[in-house]
Amino acid sequence: MAYSDKVVEHYKNPRNVGSLDKNDPAVGTGLVGAPECGDVMKLQMKVNPETRVIEEAKFKTFGCGSAIASSSLATEWVKGKTVEEALSIKNTDIVRELALPPVKIHCSVLAEDAIKAALSDWKKKQGEAEAKPAEAAARH
Amino acid sequence: MAIKLPIYMDNHATTPVDPRVLEAMMPYFKEKFGNSASRNHEFGWVAEEAVENARGQIARLINATPKEIVFTSGATESTNLAIKGVAEMYREKGNHIITQVTEHKATLDTCKRLEKYGYEVTYLPVEKDGRIALDDLRRAITPKTILISIMYANNEIGVVQPIAEIGRIAKEKGVFFHVDGVQAVGKIPVDVQKDGIDLLSISGHKIYGPKGVGALYVRRKNPRVQLSAIIDGGGHERGMRSGTLNVPGIVGLGKACEICQNEMATESKHLSQLRDRLKDSIMSHLDETFVNGSMEHRLPHNINISFAYVEGESLLMGINDIAVSSGSACTSATLEPSYVLKALGVGEDLAHTSIRFGIGRFNTEEEVDYVADRVVETVTRLRELSPLYEMAKEGVDISKMKWTAAAE
Ligand SMILES: Cc1ncc(COP(=O)(O)O)c(C=O)c1O
Repeated sequence: MAYSDKVVEHYKNPRNVGSLDKNDPAVGTGLVGAPECGDVMKLQMKVNPETRVIEEAKFKTFGCGSAIASSSLATEWVKGKTVEEALSIKNTDIVRELALPPVKIHCSVLAEDAIKAALSDWKKKQGEAEAKPAEAAARH
Repeated sequence: MAIKLPIYMDNHATTPVDPRVLEAMMPYFKEKFGNSASRNHEFGWVAEEAVENARGQIARLINATPKEIVFTSGATESTNLAIKGVAEMYREKGNHIITQVTEHKATLDTCKRLEKYGYEVTYLPVEKDGRIALDDLRRAITPKTILISIMYANNEIGVVQPIAEIGRIAKEKGVFFHVDGVQAVGKIPVDVQKDGIDLLSISGHKIYGPKGVGALYVRRKNPRVQLSAIIDGGGHERGMRSGTLNVPGIVGLGKACEICQNEMATESKHLSQLRDRLKDSIMSHLDETFVNGSMEHRLPHNINISFAYVEGESLLMGINDIAVSSGSACTSATLEPSYVLKALGVGEDLAHTSIRFGIGRFNTEEEVDYVADRVVETVTRLRELSPLYEMAKEGVDISKMKWTAAAE
Protein backbone atom coordinates (compact mmCIF):
# COMPACT_ATOMS: atom_id res chain seq x y z
CA MET A 1 0.00 0.00 0.00
CA ALA A 2 1.32 3.44 -0.83
CA TYR A 3 1.32 5.90 2.03
CA SER A 4 0.68 9.63 1.71
CA ASP A 5 3.68 11.93 2.15
CA LYS A 6 2.24 13.22 5.42
CA VAL A 7 1.91 9.74 6.89
CA VAL A 8 5.49 8.96 5.87
CA GLU A 9 6.69 12.23 7.34
CA HIS A 10 5.05 11.58 10.73
CA TYR A 11 6.26 7.99 10.67
CA LYS A 12 9.83 9.09 10.04
CA ASN A 13 9.75 12.03 12.44
CA PRO A 14 7.05 11.32 14.98
CA ARG A 15 6.25 14.33 17.17
CA ASN A 16 6.07 14.16 20.95
CA VAL A 17 7.08 10.56 21.47
CA GLY A 18 7.37 9.58 25.12
CA SER A 19 5.57 9.29 28.39
CA LEU A 20 4.41 11.61 31.18
CA ASP A 21 4.06 10.61 34.82
CA LYS A 22 0.69 8.90 34.90
CA ASN A 23 0.41 9.53 38.65
CA ASP A 24 0.68 13.30 38.22
CA PRO A 25 -2.82 14.74 38.99
CA ALA A 26 -2.47 17.13 36.05
CA VAL A 27 -1.80 14.29 33.59
CA GLY A 28 -4.57 12.42 31.82
CA THR A 29 -3.73 9.07 30.21
CA GLY A 30 -5.66 7.32 27.46
CA LEU A 31 -4.78 3.78 26.43
CA VAL A 32 -6.93 2.46 23.59
CA GLY A 33 -6.88 -0.40 21.12
CA ALA A 34 -5.75 -3.96 21.65
CA PRO A 35 -2.61 -5.90 20.71
CA GLU A 36 -4.58 -8.64 18.98
CA CYS A 37 -6.16 -6.06 16.69
CA GLY A 38 -2.74 -4.76 15.76
CA ASP A 39 -3.12 -1.25 17.24
CA VAL A 40 -2.57 0.17 20.71
CA MET A 41 -2.27 3.90 21.35
CA LYS A 42 -1.21 5.58 24.55
CA LEU A 43 -1.85 9.31 24.62
CA GLN A 44 -1.02 11.49 27.60
CA MET A 45 -1.72 15.16 28.20
CA LYS A 46 -0.69 17.53 30.91
CA VAL A 47 -3.43 20.10 31.43
CA ASN A 48 -3.25 23.35 33.40
CA PRO A 49 -6.18 23.04 35.86
CA GLU A 50 -6.66 26.86 35.96
CA THR A 51 -6.69 27.67 32.27
CA ARG A 52 -7.67 24.15 31.10
CA VAL A 53 -5.01 24.50 28.41
CA ILE A 54 -3.12 21.36 27.30
CA GLU A 55 0.50 22.23 27.95
CA GLU A 56 2.12 18.96 27.02
CA ALA A 57 1.16 15.89 25.03
CA LYS A 58 3.04 12.64 24.52
CA PHE A 59 2.25 9.41 22.72
CA LYS A 60 3.43 5.89 22.14
CA THR A 61 1.79 3.69 19.52
CA PHE A 62 1.95 0.06 18.50
CA GLY A 63 0.42 -0.11 15.08
CA CYS A 64 0.86 0.49 11.38
CA GLY A 65 2.33 3.66 9.91
CA SER A 66 -1.08 5.28 9.69
CA ALA A 67 -1.76 4.59 13.36
CA ILE A 68 1.59 6.10 14.33
CA ALA A 69 0.95 9.15 12.13
CA SER A 70 -2.58 9.61 13.48
CA SER A 71 -1.41 9.67 17.07
CA SER A 72 1.60 11.84 16.31
CA LEU A 73 -0.70 14.33 14.59
CA ALA A 74 -3.14 14.19 17.50
CA THR A 75 -0.42 15.25 19.96
CA GLU A 76 0.54 18.09 17.69
CA TRP A 77 -3.04 19.32 17.42
CA VAL A 78 -4.02 19.14 21.06
CA LYS A 79 -1.03 21.06 22.35
CA GLY A 80 -2.04 24.61 23.23
CA LYS A 81 -5.74 23.84 22.91
CA THR A 82 -8.19 23.89 25.79
CA VAL A 83 -9.78 20.65 26.92
CA GLU A 84 -13.03 21.60 25.20
CA GLU A 85 -11.29 22.49 21.95
CA ALA A 86 -9.34 19.22 22.00
CA LEU A 87 -12.54 17.26 22.54
CA SER A 88 -13.97 18.73 19.36
CA ILE A 89 -11.25 17.14 17.19
CA LYS A 90 -12.92 14.61 14.93
CA ASN A 91 -11.40 11.53 13.35
CA THR A 92 -12.48 12.88 9.97
CA ASP A 93 -10.16 15.88 10.50
CA ILE A 94 -7.29 13.42 10.90
CA VAL A 95 -8.36 11.43 7.83
CA ARG A 96 -8.37 14.62 5.77
CA GLU A 97 -5.05 15.94 7.05
CA LEU A 98 -3.20 12.64 6.53
CA ALA A 99 -5.10 11.61 3.39
CA LEU A 100 -5.85 8.21 4.93
CA PRO A 101 -7.40 5.62 2.60
CA PRO A 102 -10.69 3.96 3.66
CA VAL A 103 -8.94 0.86 5.04
CA LYS A 104 -7.01 3.05 7.48
CA ILE A 105 -9.89 5.07 8.86
CA HIS A 106 -9.92 2.94 11.99
CA CYS A 107 -6.51 4.42 12.85
CA SER A 108 -7.99 7.91 12.99
CA VAL A 109 -10.94 6.64 15.04
CA LEU A 110 -8.49 5.21 17.52
CA ALA A 111 -6.64 8.53 17.76
CA GLU A 112 -9.89 10.37 18.49
CA ASP A 113 -10.72 7.74 21.10
CA ALA A 114 -7.30 8.22 22.67
CA ILE A 115 -7.82 11.98 23.01
CA LYS A 116 -11.23 11.43 24.62
CA ALA A 117 -9.93 8.71 26.93
CA ALA A 118 -6.97 10.82 28.10
CA LEU A 119 -9.16 13.83 28.80
CA SER A 120 -11.78 11.81 30.59
CA ASP A 121 -9.03 10.39 32.80
CA TRP A 122 -7.87 13.96 33.49
CA LYS A 123 -11.38 15.09 34.32
CA LYS A 124 -11.82 12.21 36.69
CA LYS A 125 -8.65 13.26 38.45
CA GLN A 126 -10.03 16.78 38.76
CA GLY A 127 -13.19 15.36 40.31
CA GLU A 128 -15.28 16.42 37.34
CA ALA A 129 -18.11 14.22 36.24
CA GLU A 130 -17.65 13.00 32.72
CA ALA A 131 -19.61 15.10 30.32
CA LYS A 132 -20.35 12.38 27.81
CA PRO A 133 -19.63 9.06 29.44
CA ALA A 134 -18.24 6.21 27.41
CA GLU A 135 -18.84 7.81 24.09
CA ALA A 136 -15.47 6.74 22.81
CA ALA A 137 -15.79 3.17 23.93
CA ALA A 138 -19.19 2.75 22.35
CA ARG A 139 -17.85 3.13 18.87
CA HIS A 140 -15.94 -0.14 18.88
CA MET B 1 30.61 -4.04 -3.95
CA ALA B 2 27.86 -1.50 -3.45
CA ILE B 3 24.44 -2.86 -2.66
CA LYS B 4 21.72 -2.21 -5.15
CA LEU B 5 18.43 -1.13 -3.57
CA PRO B 6 15.70 -2.17 -3.18
CA ILE B 7 16.66 -5.67 -2.07
CA TYR B 8 14.28 -8.47 -3.00
CA MET B 9 13.93 -11.03 -0.21
CA ASP B 10 10.37 -12.24 -0.76
CA ASN B 11 11.17 -15.35 -2.77
CA HIS B 12 8.18 -17.32 -1.48
CA ALA B 13 5.87 -14.87 -3.23
CA THR B 14 7.68 -15.15 -6.52
CA THR B 15 11.21 -15.39 -7.88
CA PRO B 16 12.95 -13.46 -10.63
CA VAL B 17 13.39 -15.38 -13.88
CA ASP B 18 16.87 -16.86 -14.11
CA PRO B 19 18.66 -15.35 -17.16
CA ARG B 20 19.40 -18.88 -18.39
CA VAL B 21 15.68 -19.62 -18.32
CA LEU B 22 14.85 -16.47 -20.24
CA GLU B 23 17.47 -17.31 -22.82
CA ALA B 24 16.01 -20.77 -23.33
CA MET B 25 12.52 -19.30 -23.78
CA MET B 26 13.32 -16.53 -26.24
CA PRO B 27 13.37 -18.54 -29.49
CA TYR B 28 9.86 -19.81 -28.71
CA PHE B 29 8.55 -16.26 -28.75
CA LYS B 30 10.34 -15.59 -32.01
CA GLU B 31 11.18 -17.93 -34.84
CA LYS B 32 10.00 -21.10 -33.04
CA PHE B 33 6.49 -19.84 -32.44
CA GLY B 34 4.64 -22.95 -33.59
CA ASN B 35 1.67 -24.64 -31.98
CA SER B 36 2.79 -27.92 -30.47
CA ALA B 37 -0.46 -29.50 -31.61
CA SER B 38 0.23 -28.76 -35.29
CA ARG B 39 1.06 -32.18 -36.71
CA ASN B 40 1.61 -31.22 -40.34
CA HIS B 41 4.67 -29.01 -40.40
CA GLU B 42 8.05 -28.20 -39.01
CA PHE B 43 6.80 -25.34 -36.82
CA GLY B 44 4.55 -27.70 -34.90
CA TRP B 45 7.19 -30.42 -34.63
CA VAL B 46 9.77 -28.01 -33.24
CA ALA B 47 7.34 -26.77 -30.62
CA GLU B 48 6.28 -30.29 -29.73
CA GLU B 49 9.86 -31.40 -29.32
CA ALA B 50 10.48 -28.48 -26.97
CA VAL B 51 7.42 -29.36 -24.90
CA GLU B 52 8.45 -33.02 -24.65
CA ASN B 53 11.95 -32.00 -23.68
CA ALA B 54 10.52 -29.87 -20.86
CA ARG B 55 8.32 -32.74 -19.73
CA GLY B 56 11.47 -34.80 -19.35
CA GLN B 57 13.29 -32.09 -17.42
CA ILE B 58 10.41 -31.77 -14.95
CA ALA B 59 9.97 -35.53 -14.62
CA ARG B 60 13.66 -36.02 -13.86
CA LEU B 61 13.60 -33.45 -11.06
CA ILE B 62 10.86 -35.34 -9.21
CA ASN B 63 11.73 -38.91 -10.31
CA ALA B 64 8.64 -39.33 -12.48
CA THR B 65 8.18 -40.30 -16.13
CA PRO B 66 7.49 -37.64 -18.78
CA LYS B 67 4.02 -39.02 -19.54
CA GLU B 68 2.99 -38.28 -15.95
CA ILE B 69 3.44 -34.52 -16.38
CA VAL B 70 0.42 -32.38 -17.31
CA PHE B 71 1.03 -28.72 -18.10
CA THR B 72 -1.21 -26.07 -16.56
CA SER B 73 -1.33 -22.31 -16.06
CA GLY B 74 0.20 -22.56 -12.59
CA ALA B 75 -0.06 -24.37 -9.32
CA THR B 76 -3.48 -22.95 -8.48
CA GLU B 77 -4.84 -24.67 -11.55
CA SER B 78 -2.81 -27.83 -10.88
CA THR B 79 -4.28 -28.07 -7.40
CA ASN B 80 -7.81 -27.41 -8.63
CA LEU B 81 -7.38 -30.12 -11.25
CA ALA B 82 -5.94 -32.61 -8.77
CA ILE B 83 -8.57 -32.17 -6.08
CA LYS B 84 -11.64 -31.57 -8.22
CA GLY B 85 -10.48 -34.13 -10.76
CA VAL B 86 -10.17 -36.89 -8.17
CA ALA B 87 -13.34 -35.81 -6.39
CA GLU B 88 -15.43 -36.11 -9.52
CA MET B 89 -13.76 -39.25 -10.90
CA TYR B 90 -14.02 -41.21 -7.67
CA ARG B 91 -17.37 -39.92 -6.43
CA GLU B 92 -18.74 -43.47 -6.41
CA LYS B 93 -15.97 -44.64 -4.14
CA GLY B 94 -16.37 -41.90 -1.56
CA ASN B 95 -16.85 -38.23 -0.82
CA HIS B 96 -14.32 -37.56 1.92
CA ILE B 97 -11.15 -35.48 1.53
CA ILE B 98 -8.50 -34.78 4.16
CA THR B 99 -6.34 -31.67 4.15
CA GLN B 100 -4.87 -29.42 6.84
CA VAL B 101 -5.36 -25.89 8.09
CA THR B 102 -2.14 -24.19 6.93
CA GLU B 103 -2.57 -25.10 3.25
CA HIS B 104 -2.47 -22.42 0.59
CA LYS B 105 -5.83 -20.92 -0.40
CA ALA B 106 -5.64 -22.82 -3.69
CA THR B 107 -6.23 -25.98 -1.70
CA LEU B 108 -8.46 -24.64 1.07
CA ASP B 109 -10.86 -22.80 -1.21
CA THR B 110 -11.06 -25.70 -3.63
CA CYS B 111 -12.04 -27.95 -0.72
CA LYS B 112 -14.56 -25.35 0.47
CA ARG B 113 -16.22 -25.38 -2.90
CA LEU B 114 -16.42 -29.17 -2.91
CA GLU B 115 -18.10 -29.01 0.50
CA LYS B 116 -20.89 -27.04 -1.17
CA TYR B 117 -21.32 -29.93 -3.61
CA GLY B 118 -21.76 -32.48 -0.85
CA TYR B 119 -18.19 -33.57 -0.22
CA GLU B 120 -16.92 -33.82 3.32
CA VAL B 121 -13.59 -32.30 4.18
CA THR B 122 -11.47 -32.81 7.29
CA TYR B 123 -9.07 -29.96 8.04
CA LEU B 124 -6.38 -31.44 10.26
CA PRO B 125 -4.87 -29.12 12.85
CA VAL B 126 -1.10 -28.60 13.12
CA GLU B 127 1.15 -28.84 16.12
CA LYS B 128 3.06 -25.85 17.49
CA ASP B 129 5.89 -26.58 15.07
CA GLY B 130 3.52 -26.34 12.09
CA ARG B 131 3.41 -30.06 11.22
CA ILE B 132 0.41 -32.34 11.28
CA ALA B 133 0.31 -35.26 13.71
CA LEU B 134 0.32 -38.57 11.84
CA ASP B 135 -2.04 -40.09 14.39
CA ASP B 136 -4.59 -37.38 13.62
CA LEU B 137 -4.30 -38.30 9.97
CA ARG B 138 -4.72 -42.03 10.63
CA ARG B 139 -7.78 -41.37 12.75
CA ALA B 140 -9.34 -39.12 10.12
CA ILE B 141 -9.27 -41.71 7.33
CA THR B 142 -12.59 -43.48 6.75
CA PRO B 143 -13.79 -45.95 4.09
CA LYS B 144 -15.21 -42.92 2.28
CA THR B 145 -11.84 -41.11 2.07
CA ILE B 146 -10.68 -40.67 -1.53
CA LEU B 147 -7.93 -38.07 -1.22
CA ILE B 148 -5.37 -36.67 1.19
CA SER B 149 -3.99 -33.25 0.19
CA ILE B 150 -1.05 -31.97 2.23
CA MET B 151 1.54 -29.40 1.14
CA TYR B 152 5.21 -30.31 1.06
CA ALA B 153 6.35 -27.03 2.57
CA ASN B 154 4.44 -24.01 3.76
CA ASN B 155 4.75 -20.69 1.97
CA GLU B 156 4.77 -18.52 5.11
CA ILE B 157 6.80 -20.47 7.62
CA GLY B 158 8.70 -22.87 5.35
CA VAL B 159 7.77 -25.83 7.54
CA VAL B 160 8.18 -29.17 5.77
CA GLN B 161 5.51 -31.81 6.43
CA PRO B 162 6.34 -35.50 6.99
CA ILE B 163 5.48 -36.29 3.37
CA ALA B 164 7.04 -39.75 3.06
CA GLU B 165 5.23 -40.92 6.20
CA ILE B 166 1.94 -39.50 4.94
CA GLY B 167 2.58 -41.20 1.59
CA ARG B 168 3.01 -44.54 3.35
CA ILE B 169 -0.21 -44.12 5.29
CA ALA B 170 -2.10 -43.13 2.14
CA LYS B 171 -0.80 -46.17 0.29
CA GLU B 172 -1.60 -48.50 3.17
CA LYS B 173 -5.19 -47.23 3.23
CA GLY B 174 -5.60 -47.08 -0.54
CA VAL B 175 -6.21 -43.32 -0.58
CA PHE B 176 -4.75 -41.00 -3.23
CA PHE B 177 -2.18 -38.46 -2.03
CA HIS B 178 -1.94 -34.98 -3.56
CA VAL B 179 0.92 -32.71 -2.56
CA ASP B 180 1.20 -28.97 -3.14
CA GLY B 181 4.89 -28.96 -3.95
CA VAL B 182 5.11 -25.30 -4.96
CA GLN B 183 7.58 -24.18 -2.30
CA ALA B 184 9.58 -27.41 -2.09
CA VAL B 185 10.14 -28.65 -5.63
CA GLY B 186 13.51 -27.46 -6.88
CA LYS B 187 14.55 -26.37 -3.39
CA ILE B 188 14.76 -29.67 -1.52
CA PRO B 189 14.70 -33.24 -2.87
CA VAL B 190 11.18 -34.24 -3.87
CA ASP B 191 10.85 -37.82 -5.12
CA VAL B 192 7.38 -38.99 -6.02
CA GLN B 193 8.43 -42.65 -5.64
CA LYS B 194 10.15 -42.42 -2.27
CA ASP B 195 7.56 -39.97 -0.98
CA GLY B 196 4.59 -42.01 -2.20
CA ILE B 197 3.05 -39.02 -3.98
CA ASP B 198 0.23 -39.62 -6.49
CA LEU B 199 -0.38 -36.03 -7.56
CA LEU B 200 2.05 -33.10 -7.25
CA SER B 201 1.44 -29.42 -8.01
CA ILE B 202 4.36 -27.42 -9.39
CA SER B 203 4.62 -23.72 -10.23
CA GLY B 204 7.09 -22.04 -12.59
CA HIS B 205 7.44 -18.68 -10.93
CA LYS B 206 8.63 -19.98 -7.56
CA ILE B 207 11.64 -21.73 -9.09
CA TYR B 208 13.11 -18.89 -11.20
CA GLY B 209 10.86 -19.73 -14.13
CA PRO B 210 8.07 -17.66 -15.70
CA LYS B 211 4.67 -16.85 -14.21
CA GLY B 212 1.51 -18.35 -15.62
CA VAL B 213 2.87 -21.84 -16.14
CA GLY B 214 2.86 -24.89 -13.92
CA ALA B 215 2.50 -28.62 -13.96
CA LEU B 216 0.64 -31.42 -12.29
CA TYR B 217 2.30 -34.78 -11.84
CA VAL B 218 -0.32 -37.52 -12.21
CA ARG B 219 0.79 -41.06 -11.30
CA ARG B 220 0.31 -43.64 -14.07
CA LYS B 221 0.97 -46.84 -12.19
CA ASN B 222 0.94 -48.28 -8.65
CA PRO B 223 -1.72 -46.93 -8.55
CA ARG B 224 -2.93 -45.29 -11.75
CA VAL B 225 -4.73 -42.03 -11.00
CA GLN B 226 -7.52 -40.93 -13.28
CA LEU B 227 -8.82 -37.37 -13.31
CA SER B 228 -11.94 -35.70 -14.60
CA ALA B 229 -10.86 -32.64 -16.55
CA ILE B 230 -11.97 -29.24 -15.32
CA ILE B 231 -11.18 -27.49 -18.60
CA ASP B 232 -12.75 -29.03 -21.67
CA GLY B 233 -11.84 -28.46 -25.29
CA GLY B 234 -9.40 -29.84 -27.81
CA GLY B 235 -8.27 -32.73 -25.66
CA HIS B 236 -4.70 -31.59 -25.10
CA GLU B 237 -2.59 -33.24 -22.38
CA ARG B 238 -4.37 -36.56 -22.87
CA GLY B 239 -7.69 -34.92 -22.21
CA MET B 240 -6.76 -33.74 -18.76
CA ARG B 241 -6.16 -30.13 -19.69
CA SER B 242 -7.39 -28.74 -22.96
CA GLY B 243 -6.00 -25.58 -24.42
CA THR B 244 -3.07 -24.70 -26.68
CA LEU B 245 0.12 -25.19 -24.73
CA ASN B 246 2.09 -22.20 -23.52
CA VAL B 247 5.22 -23.34 -25.31
CA PRO B 248 7.66 -20.61 -24.22
CA GLY B 249 6.41 -20.87 -20.65
CA ILE B 250 6.74 -24.65 -20.67
CA VAL B 251 10.27 -24.40 -22.07
CA GLY B 252 11.08 -21.97 -19.25
CA LEU B 253 9.57 -24.24 -16.61
CA GLY B 254 11.59 -27.17 -17.95
CA LYS B 255 14.82 -25.21 -17.98
CA ALA B 256 14.11 -23.90 -14.47
CA CYS B 257 13.70 -27.49 -13.24
CA GLU B 258 16.91 -28.58 -14.93
CA ILE B 259 18.87 -25.77 -13.27
CA CYS B 260 17.35 -26.55 -9.88
CA GLN B 261 18.24 -30.21 -10.24
CA ASN B 262 21.86 -29.44 -11.15
CA GLU B 263 22.36 -26.82 -8.46
CA MET B 264 20.11 -27.90 -5.60
CA ALA B 265 22.79 -29.50 -3.47
CA THR B 266 25.10 -26.48 -3.46
CA GLU B 267 22.36 -23.88 -3.61
CA SER B 268 20.42 -25.19 -0.64
CA LYS B 269 23.57 -25.33 1.46
CA HIS B 270 24.47 -21.78 0.49
CA LEU B 271 20.96 -20.46 1.14
CA SER B 272 20.72 -22.11 4.53
CA GLN B 273 24.01 -20.47 5.50
CA LEU B 274 22.68 -17.08 4.44
CA ARG B 275 19.41 -17.76 6.28
CA ASP B 276 21.21 -18.73 9.47
CA ARG B 277 23.42 -15.66 9.20
CA LEU B 278 20.35 -13.46 8.85
CA LYS B 279 18.53 -15.13 11.72
CA ASP B 280 21.53 -15.09 14.05
CA SER B 281 22.46 -11.49 13.45
CA ILE B 282 18.88 -10.32 13.95
CA MET B 283 18.15 -12.44 16.98
CA SER B 284 21.44 -11.82 18.76
CA HIS B 285 20.81 -8.06 18.65
CA LEU B 286 17.16 -8.02 19.72
CA ASP B 287 15.39 -9.49 22.72
CA GLU B 288 11.91 -11.01 22.51
CA THR B 289 12.06 -12.25 18.95
CA PHE B 290 10.58 -15.64 18.14
CA VAL B 291 10.94 -17.98 15.20
CA ASN B 292 7.56 -19.23 13.96
CA GLY B 293 7.51 -22.91 13.05
CA SER B 294 9.96 -25.76 13.27
CA MET B 295 13.63 -24.94 12.67
CA GLU B 296 14.42 -28.61 12.13
CA HIS B 297 11.84 -29.33 9.45
CA ARG B 298 12.15 -26.21 7.39
CA LEU B 299 13.04 -25.01 3.92
CA PRO B 300 16.67 -23.88 3.82
CA HIS B 301 15.86 -20.38 2.57
CA ASN B 302 12.99 -19.44 4.87
CA ILE B 303 12.80 -17.71 8.20
CA ASN B 304 9.72 -16.22 9.82
CA ILE B 305 10.24 -14.12 12.92
CA SER B 306 7.87 -12.34 15.30
CA PHE B 307 9.22 -9.13 16.78
CA ALA B 308 7.19 -8.68 19.96
CA TYR B 309 5.67 -5.21 20.51
CA VAL B 310 6.30 -4.01 16.94
CA GLU B 311 3.46 -4.18 14.43
CA GLY B 312 4.54 -5.83 11.18
CA GLU B 313 3.26 -3.28 8.72
CA SER B 314 5.02 -0.42 10.52
CA LEU B 315 8.20 -2.49 10.46
CA LEU B 316 7.85 -3.02 6.71
CA MET B 317 7.39 0.72 6.28
CA GLY B 318 10.65 1.32 8.13
CA ILE B 319 12.56 -1.08 5.90
CA ASN B 320 10.94 0.01 2.68
CA ASP B 321 14.09 -0.52 0.66
CA ILE B 322 13.73 -4.23 1.41
CA ALA B 323 10.98 -6.42 -0.03
CA VAL B 324 9.77 -8.92 2.57
CA SER B 325 6.27 -9.66 3.79
CA SER B 326 4.34 -9.51 7.03
CA GLY B 327 1.77 -11.74 8.72
CA SER B 328 -0.05 -8.65 9.88
CA ALA B 329 -2.91 -7.17 7.95
CA CYS B 330 -3.77 -3.82 9.41
CA THR B 331 -6.79 -2.90 7.39
CA SER B 332 -10.29 -2.56 8.65
CA ALA B 333 -11.33 -5.15 6.06
CA THR B 334 -9.09 -7.82 7.56
CA LEU B 335 -8.07 -7.21 11.13
CA GLU B 336 -7.21 -10.89 11.12
CA PRO B 337 -3.54 -11.67 11.06
CA SER B 338 -2.13 -14.70 9.25
CA TYR B 339 -4.28 -17.84 9.55
CA VAL B 340 -1.13 -19.92 9.30
CA LEU B 341 0.43 -18.40 12.41
CA LYS B 342 -2.89 -18.62 14.22
CA ALA B 343 -3.05 -22.34 13.42
CA LEU B 344 0.34 -22.77 15.09
CA GLY B 345 -1.07 -21.23 18.24
CA VAL B 346 0.91 -18.01 17.84
CA GLY B 347 -1.09 -15.37 19.74
CA GLU B 348 -2.77 -12.76 17.59
CA ASP B 349 -0.62 -10.07 19.20
CA LEU B 350 2.56 -11.86 18.06
CA ALA B 351 1.09 -12.78 14.70
CA HIS B 352 0.77 -9.05 14.01
CA THR B 353 4.51 -8.66 14.55
CA SER B 354 5.76 -11.33 12.15
CA ILE B 355 7.97 -10.93 9.11
CA ARG B 356 8.70 -13.58 6.50
CA PHE B 357 12.12 -13.57 4.84
CA GLY B 358 12.54 -15.67 1.71
CA ILE B 359 16.14 -15.75 0.57
CA GLY B 360 16.75 -16.55 -3.06
CA ARG B 361 19.31 -17.57 -5.64
CA PHE B 362 20.38 -14.00 -6.32
CA ASN B 363 20.75 -12.68 -2.76
CA THR B 364 24.25 -12.02 -1.48
CA GLU B 365 25.91 -12.05 1.91
CA GLU B 366 26.20 -8.25 1.76
CA GLU B 367 22.47 -7.99 1.23
CA VAL B 368 21.78 -10.30 4.15
CA ASP B 369 23.97 -8.14 6.41
CA TYR B 370 22.28 -4.99 5.21
CA VAL B 371 18.83 -6.45 5.84
CA ALA B 372 19.80 -7.63 9.33
CA ASP B 373 21.15 -4.17 10.24
CA ARG B 374 18.08 -2.38 8.93
CA VAL B 375 15.72 -4.71 10.74
CA VAL B 376 17.55 -4.37 14.05
CA GLU B 377 17.68 -0.59 13.72
CA THR B 378 14.01 -0.27 12.78
CA VAL B 379 12.71 -2.65 15.44
CA THR B 380 14.74 -0.79 18.06
CA ARG B 381 13.32 2.54 16.93
CA LEU B 382 9.74 1.26 16.82
CA ARG B 383 10.04 -0.31 20.25
CA GLU B 384 10.95 3.13 21.59
CA LEU B 385 7.60 4.14 20.16
CA SER B 386 5.69 1.12 21.45
CA PRO B 387 3.52 1.44 24.56
CA LEU B 388 3.51 -2.36 24.79
CA TYR B 389 7.29 -2.55 24.97
CA GLU B 390 7.28 0.11 27.67
CA MET B 391 4.65 -1.76 29.67
CA ALA B 392 6.49 -5.06 29.30
CA LYS B 393 9.67 -3.42 30.58
CA GLU B 394 7.70 -2.10 33.56
CA GLY B 395 6.63 -5.67 34.29
CA VAL B 396 3.00 -5.33 33.19
CA ASP B 397 1.61 -8.61 31.87
CA ILE B 398 0.05 -7.47 28.61
CA SER B 399 -1.89 -10.69 28.12
CA LYS B 400 -3.74 -10.05 31.38
CA MET B 401 -4.66 -6.44 30.58
CA LYS B 402 -8.21 -5.50 29.81
CA TRP B 403 -8.17 -3.76 26.45
CA THR B 404 -10.83 -1.28 25.47
CA ALA B 405 -11.25 -2.13 21.84
CA ALA B 406 -12.79 -5.35 20.72
CA ALA B 407 -12.66 -6.02 17.01
CA GLU B 408 -14.61 -3.41 15.08
C1 LIG C 1 2.15 -23.14 -1.33
C2 LIG C 1 1.57 -22.52 -2.55
N1 LIG C 1 0.63 -23.16 -3.25
C3 LIG C 1 0.09 -22.66 -4.36
C4 LIG C 1 0.47 -21.43 -4.85
C5 LIG C 1 -0.17 -20.90 -6.11
O1 LIG C 1 0.72 -21.02 -7.18
P1 LIG C 1 0.48 -20.25 -8.55
O2 LIG C 1 0.85 -18.83 -8.30
O3 LIG C 1 1.41 -20.90 -9.53
O4 LIG C 1 -0.93 -20.42 -8.95
C6 LIG C 1 1.45 -20.71 -4.16
C7 LIG C 1 1.87 -19.38 -4.61
O5 LIG C 1 1.35 -18.36 -4.21
C8 LIG C 1 2.01 -21.27 -2.98
O6 LIG C 1 2.93 -20.61 -2.29
